[in-house]
Amino acid sequence: MSGQDRRETRLRHLLDGPRAQVPTDLAVRAAERGRRLLRRRRALRAAGWALLLAAAVAFGVWAATAEPWSARPAWQAPPPRDG
Amino acid sequence: MTRPHGLPCPGGVRERQSARERRRAREFEAFVAGAGGRLLHAARLLTGERAAAEHLLTAALARTYAAWDTLRGEDPYDRARQELAHRYARTAWRRRPAPGGPLGAFPPRERLVLVLRLYEDVPEEQIAARLGLSVRRVRAVCARAAAALP
Repeated sequence: MSGQDRRETRLRHLLDGPRAQVPTDLAVRAAERGRRLLRRRRALRAAGWALLLAAAVAFGVWAATAEPWSARPAWQAPPPRDG
Repeated sequence: MTRPHGLPCPGGVRERQSARERRRAREFEAFVAGAGGRLLHAARLLTGERAAAEHLLTAALARTYAAWDTLRGEDPYDRARQELAHRYARTAWRRRPAPGGPLGAFPPRERLVLVLRLYEDVPEEQIAARLGLSVRRVRAVCARAAAALP
């Protein structure tokens, strides 16, 4: 075992020192926060879908009333002149 | 009266959802009871003080809880450790953590490497890939820390 390895082992032991007491409500607090996170994510996803749906409906209504495919251009550009 | 299986029943989805939530909460609590001490110690080594460590660990565990149903065979401990490292990398990178603890002399990035390598025993290649470092650099950080010991 080289000196470097021995030092690394010592460092490992140093890091493995005494552990502190885990707060009793840690799991409960983390779970509550996790649930909030899930709810927020779900709400965000729902809002995204609602937005997409609204955009699709708006486009449909506009397309049905304006019928952009049947309208002819009201004004045509003049043919380019030479020279 | 028994309800035939497979037919939709009023409140069935909700019932199933709350049953799943209860199961998740139970599993999560058992996980924290088993792994909390080790994770808290890792957080303590990173932040150098108790309050910040608890704060960091709570946030990491909350994200682990939120991902619980999508773990699909992934080790929840591995996930929690990843969340811890990720959050520490994001928040403590700029702020210099407290100089307390056995890693007090090291800057945040080196603390993260040392905790993952020497305390959590994560393979060098994995640390390098997750932190965007080269394996040589990971090795160098550990060697330098070991050499700094008296």
